[in-house]
Order: sequence, then C-alpha cells, then structure tokens
Amino acid sequence: MITAENIHKSFGDNQVLKGINAEFKPGTTSLIIGGSGSGKTTLLKCMVGLHEPTEGTVEYDNRNFTTMNFEERIAIRKEIGMLFQSSALFDSMTVEENIMFPLNMFTEQPKKEKLERVNFVLERVNLAGKNKLYPSELSGGMMKRVGIARAIAMNPKYLFCDEPNSGLDPKTSILIDELIKEITEEYDITTIIVTHDMNSVMGIGEYILFLHQGQKWWEGSKEEITSTNNQELNDFVFATKLMETLLKK
Amino acid sequence: MIFYHFGKYILLLKSVFRRPEKASIYKREIFKEMVDIGLGSLGIISIISIFIGAVTTVQTAFQLVSDLIPKSIIGSITRDSTILELSPTICSLVLAGKIGSSIASQIGTMRVTEQIDALEIMGINAPGYLILPKLLAGVLMIPLLVIIAIFLSITGGYFAGVASGAVTAAEYIQGLTTDFIPFTVTVAMVKAVIFAFIITTVSSYQGFYTDGGALEVGQSSTKAVVISCISILVADYIIAQLLL
Repeated sequence: MITAENIHKSFGDNQVLKGINAEFKPGTTSLIIGGSGSGKTTLLKCMVGLHEPTEGTVEYDNRNFTTMNFEERIAIRKEIGMLFQSSALFDSMTVEENIMFPLNMFTEQPKKEKLERVNFVLERVNLAGKNKLYPSELSGGMMKRVGIARAIAMNPKYLFCDEPNSGLDPKTSILIDELIKEITEEYDITTIIVTHDMNSVMGIGEYILFLHQGQKWWEGSKEEITSTNNQELNDFVFATKLMETLLKK
Repeated sequence: MIFYHFGKYILLLKSVFRRPEKASIYKREIFKEMVDIGLGSLGIISIISIFIGAVTTVQTAFQLVSDLIPKSIIGSITRDSTILELSPTICSLVLAGKIGSSIASQIGTMRVTEQIDALEIMGINAPGYLILPKLLAGVLMIPLLVIIAIFLSITGGYFAGVASGAVTAAEYIQGLTTDFIPFTVTVAMVKAVIFAFIITTVSSYQGFYTDGGALEVGQSSTKAVVISCISILVADYIIAQLLL
C-alpha cells in the first residue's frame, strides 16, 4: 500500500500541491485524474521521489520514503516500475536490451534466464518476437507496451503510469488499460495511473482521485463518478461530447 | 548565479563518484566511450595537428630574419610551442566543440525524453551511469590524442619547413633535439588530463540539467562548448603559472 499524507509541493512561489492525502491499495488500479495543471504528474513524481515534496510524507507499506537516505531509496526503487508518458525507452538499445537493462544491473542471473524473463514479459504484452527492434522502429502503442514490459521485468510491487494513453488511438488505449489492469490483479501490484482520459476512468478506475487546483477535490469509484454533485468534477467528466451524449441517453 | 551553478556542479560530481551498481556494465560503457572519444576524434585531431605544426614552422621562419639566429631554432620553437601550448590547448578547444556538444546533447535529450527519470526510478545512480564512463574515457583518451597531436604537429612542421625551404631537415632535427626539457611533456599531460575533466564534466552538467525540449537541448549544447572553452583557457593560464 502507498500512503500520501499532506503532500505540498511548490516551485518558487507557485504552489502546485496543497495538502494531498490519499491511500492506494495493492491489487487495485488507482487513477489520479484532473485537468491540465491540476498537479497530477507532480503528485506522481513526489511519490516516486523525482520531486521532493515541500511538506508531507509518502509511505510504501509503512516505510517512510520521504525521510530515507539515498541507499534506502535505491532499495525501494527496485520494487517500483514506471511507465512514462513518452515511454522513455533507451534509444540506443533494442527492445530486448531495454527490458534486460534492469535485470543486468541488479541481478546475477545467467543470460539464458534473463532472456527467458524478457521473452515472458514480451509475450505478456503481446510483443513476442520483437526483441531485436529499436524504439525508432516501434509504433506509439508498441513503445508503451515495451515500457510496460520493462516496468514489470523486475516483478515490481508498485507500478506508476504517467498518462499511458497519451497519443494513442482509442482502441490501443483500451488495450493498454486492460493490460495494466490484468497485470495489477495478476501480480497484486499497487498501481497508480495519472490520466485525463475518461475512457480509462470508466474502464479501469477502481479508485479515482480527482485533483483540482492542487487539491484533492473528490475521491471514489467509477460507479460513483457520474452521479456526484461536485461541479468541478462534472465539468471535467462531461467535458467531451461523447460523455454528454451518453449521459443524455 | 555563478556560485549556484558551481555548487550544483560540485554536488553532481559527488553523485558521479558514488559506488557503481555493477562494475562490469560500467566497464563496458567506458570502452564504448573510449572508442567514441578516442577513435572518433582521431581524424580531426590529426588534420588540425599537421597544419598547426606546419603553420608554426613557416611563421616562425618568417619572423626570424636575423642571420645571428641559427635556423635550427625554428625546430626548437615549433617543438616547445607545440608541446606546451598548441597541442594540448588547441586540441582540447576543438574537442570541447566535438565531444562537449555531443555529450551535452546526448544527456540533454535523455533528460527531456524522461530517460534519466527512467534510470532513477529503476534505482540506478543516473549521474554515475551516464557521466562516469565519459569522464574516465575522456581522461584516458584525450592525453593520448594530445601525444599523437604533438607527434603529428612536429612532423607537419618538418615537412612544411623543408618543403618551403625555410629550414633544412638537419637544422630542424637539430633544433628538435637541442635543449629539450622533458618536463614540458609532463606539463602537456597535466593540461590534457585537466582539460579532459573540464570538457566531460562541464558538458555533462549542461546536459544533465537541461529543462524543456529540443530548443533547450541545443542551448545546453552551445553553453557546454562555450563554458568548456572558457574554462580550458582559464585552467591553461593557472597551470602555466603553477608549473612553469
């Protein structure tokens, strides 16, 4: 379980996060949603330590991440997998090398075992046989799937996804969402996804945290999201014509 | 502002020298960088060095019009100016342009495409993994390039002097071997090592703290070259003052 307690984050005079409290449970797909500039990605980066919170604490299964030293953080990070908005694959490495990279760095397994693991995760994301391709030879959806494969290669306990659907067509987006949800349930991972895609919210949102102007504005499930009286949330949820039409129907 | 960046640079260097996660992977990276920096720069360094030596010889001959000064002095002047200044400094300035911009843009691109964040999330010390191999490769290969540059400059000077009739082969070789102070080579090597450190670390710093997109990567690359060149010239003066 990941607990964020009273997270504040400022960049100079710009206060981006204003006291966020949240709990993310294992085996659950949690979504952080909100408009552009609401602080979603900043919250995610505070939780993984890419940004230092100005105030507040982040705990991984009751281990206070915020006060840890460099070595302790490194140990926690080996339990974290992250899918980046841009996929963040290493350009100079093939798909296989990208996925094998954390295995090479942190395990003493023989190459054969590492290769088996690479092939297993590639099969898991439906990219079997694409080992020797370079990131430049992949489509956006394939890059995201390789990103997921790399993120789960080390059997993480916590999975973070920053806008996994950005730049993808609706069909591929659903495939990526379903894949993340399956992996979360299969390996009992604590998964946190930052998104503004309502398809994802309605598809896989078991726990949803809505941020508005750096504050937690609402939390609940996908079943509750369409029946809330929260004006800002409704403005966000029904901003698309599609959602508006569906609601009218 | 200068102190802010200097402090940040020192902190980055501290992270660079943390214990590597896996020595074998770092070793492989160092060899890769040695090929990139060493072999990749050999062509341009060779061409520049031959012409530097040639021009130094011809211009020294042009300025020595007095019959009282033996012509062999042309060889001595070419030798000393090449070893002490031209080869280490000019080569390093050229390498600051070639290697420095490449390092800054490579690391800067990794920063803006979140590849550095990905390394950090994996639990890898990103400054160590990205900068240490470049630094060690630079410190090993740039002095070697400078040695090659010294040899080629002196050879270029020989051919230019003889071909132009400014000096005979015997006079030039006599000049080269007369009053040679081996310590000048030590000074050249000290310069090469320090300049290599400056080029690799300053460029890495500029790339590592790139913020933005493609435009900022370009700006970091330019800044890396400019700051490296200025730092090399300042360090050149300090080394000359301290060692000579």
